[in-house]
Amino acid sequence: MDPTSTWEGGAGEPQAPGDLPSATLTLHINGTEHTLTLDHRTTLLDALRHHLDLTGAKKGCDHGQCGACTVLVDGRRANSCLLLAVSQEGSRITTVEGLADGDRLHPLQEAFLERDAFQCGYCTPGQLCSAAGVLAEADYGHPSHVTPHDAPVGVPARLGPEEIRERMSGNLCRCGAYPRIVEAVEDVAS
Amino acid sequence: MKPFAYLRAETVADAVRACAAHPGAKFLGGGTNLVDLMKLGVEAPGLLVDVSRLPLDQVTDTAEGGLRVGATVRNSDLAAHPAVRTRYSALSQALLAGASGQLRNIATTGGNLLQRTRCPYFQDTSKPCNKREPGTGCPAREGAHRDLAVIGYSEDCVATHPSDMAVALAALDADVVLHGPEGERTVPVTGFHRLPGDNPDADTVVRPGELVTEVLLPPLPDGTVCLYRKARDRASYAFALASVAAVLRVRDGRIEHAALAFGGLAHRPWRARAAEEILLGAPATEATFLRAADAELAAARPLRDNAFKVRLARHLAVDALAELTART
Ligand SMILES: Cc1cc2nc3c(=O)[nH]c(=O)nc-3n(C[C@H](O)[C@H](O)[C@H](O)COP(=O)(O)OP(=O)(O)OC[C@H]3O[C@@H](n4cnc5c(N)ncnc54)[C@H](O)[C@@H]3O)c2cc1C
Ligand code: SF4
Ligand code: FES
Ligand code: FES
Repeated sequence: MDPTSTWEGGAGEPQAPGDLPSATLTLHINGTEHTLTLDHRTTLLDALRHHLDLTGAKKGCDHGQCGACTVLVDGRRANSCLLLAVSQEGSRITTVEGLADGDRLHPLQEAFLERDAFQCGYCTPGQLCSAAGVLAEADYGHPSHVTPHDAPVGVPARLGPEEIRERMSGNLCRCGAYPRIVEAVEDVAS
Repeated sequence: MKPFAYLRAETVADAVRACAAHPGAKFLGGGTNLVDLMKLGVEAPGLLVDVSRLPLDQVTDTAEGGLRVGATVRNSDLAAHPAVRTRYSALSQALLAGASGQLRNIATTGGNLLQRTRCPYFQDTSKPCNKREPGTGCPAREGAHRDLAVIGYSEDCVATHPSDMAVALAALDADVVLHGPEGERTVPVTGFHRLPGDNPDADTVVRPGELVTEVLLPPLPDGTVCLYRKARDRASYAFALASVAAVLRVRDGRIEHAALAFGGLAHRPWRARAAEEILLGAPATEATFLRAADAELAAARPLRDNAFKVRLARHLAVDALAELTART
């Protein structure tokens, strides 16, 4: 694939690494090691989409403002558009392509289908990875902005609709599928 | 984005040395602000010294009964830390009121302190801006300044510092520890960020090549409670229009300890010393809270479109103090 022909705009453009500062690095993605030579400017998102053909993670804003690019880094959700690929050597990355267990969909994927939690689907990979991160954070007992100040510390957080809305606020949905997304996440959380 | 060299630092000494040896080098924390600004062409470092994996990722107790927070502790981990939640809840709440879950997982303590203003002209290289290019002017003064400063600004710059975390740290009397080519020093958070004056290009007192290594939280006096309140344009995932961090101890209806800081109003977290003076020793009543807020905000000089921020800050402060009084 000629990377320049599929360029979507923004920064971190996939230029051929000639004399430009570049690095040969190994990325662990969805359980597979990939060794790549990348211009330092390449974001993790562009590495996934342009160099590894993993186009699940989407580019919405390229500035951390929409969550469409959300992936899991060492099990924690992160905006791949703001991570430099070169800084991710050694991390374990899971994209939406890696959520399912073989042919068995992830419970969140099942719930999104069941609840019809999307229209165009552009935000969905980011919503799914973000929701997977939310479930793990709640298990670890991480609070959110709407958690009462005197809530018990060190126990898993209970995820009702208000908590889910707040914790998922980093994922925008232009189609406004929010009510169904909240229901789908709640189905899996409870 | 301009091409740049990249180096992952293994030790604090390596990081400081590498940055000092390369003019135009910058430290990379989580990158959630720096990488964004590099994409916009606002920042163009020739070398990134990645400090995000330095062994500064712990929160530990200090001998004095406070907390030591490493510079690479992620915002989400700091907010969730049991000692922060129970003893410094204002800090936990401030962090959780900022950005999004995925951004907080990446953002570091050091990077949060040093994040740059969200002034729209600063982020747009086609526009003049004294902070980005000294001497070019400040279009925000007459332009889009609804979200910008109401107090402590200068002719040259009306930007605000966007960090929620720093506002809580200012009220909690935290210190920042810096390591630079000339050694180590400690700066109080209240003296860490600057007012713009005639050189708004400098956000902070950090010298070239200095690395933030930790933040120190002193113990709070027994019986003290604290909280963080933030007003914004949407319920979540938006910067503060105004915010307040408050620390209070009330006994027998009198205020025995008070610390107050405003966010979203100025070029730095605004520690409200005039308000504190009125609060200390006074009865913990709404009348006192109003008098204190007004004493502080009397110095505000809102711009054409942002007088509402002064009223917001006033209400936030009174609400926060009333809520803390009810809790003690
Ligand atoms: C969409 C969006 C919404 C946001 N909303 C909010 C919000 O509501 N409230 C809020 O407070 N913040 C908000 N933020 C900002 C976010 O909190 C900051 O981007 C983040 O805290 C910066 O941390 P970082 O580690 O990613 O810093 P980086 O981007 O890595 O670095 C920022 C600056 O700090 C320097 N630096 C980094 N680490 C060190 C160190 N140890 N010593 C010296 N210098 C260092 C870098 O050189 C750079 O100049 C938002 C950001 C985005 C993108
Ligand atoms: S307010 Fe400050 S940052 Fe904004 S345009 Fe003016 S000088 Fe630049
Ligand atoms: S593309 Fe990363 S947050 Fe929008
Ligand atoms: S389903 Fe279309 S953007 Fe969310």
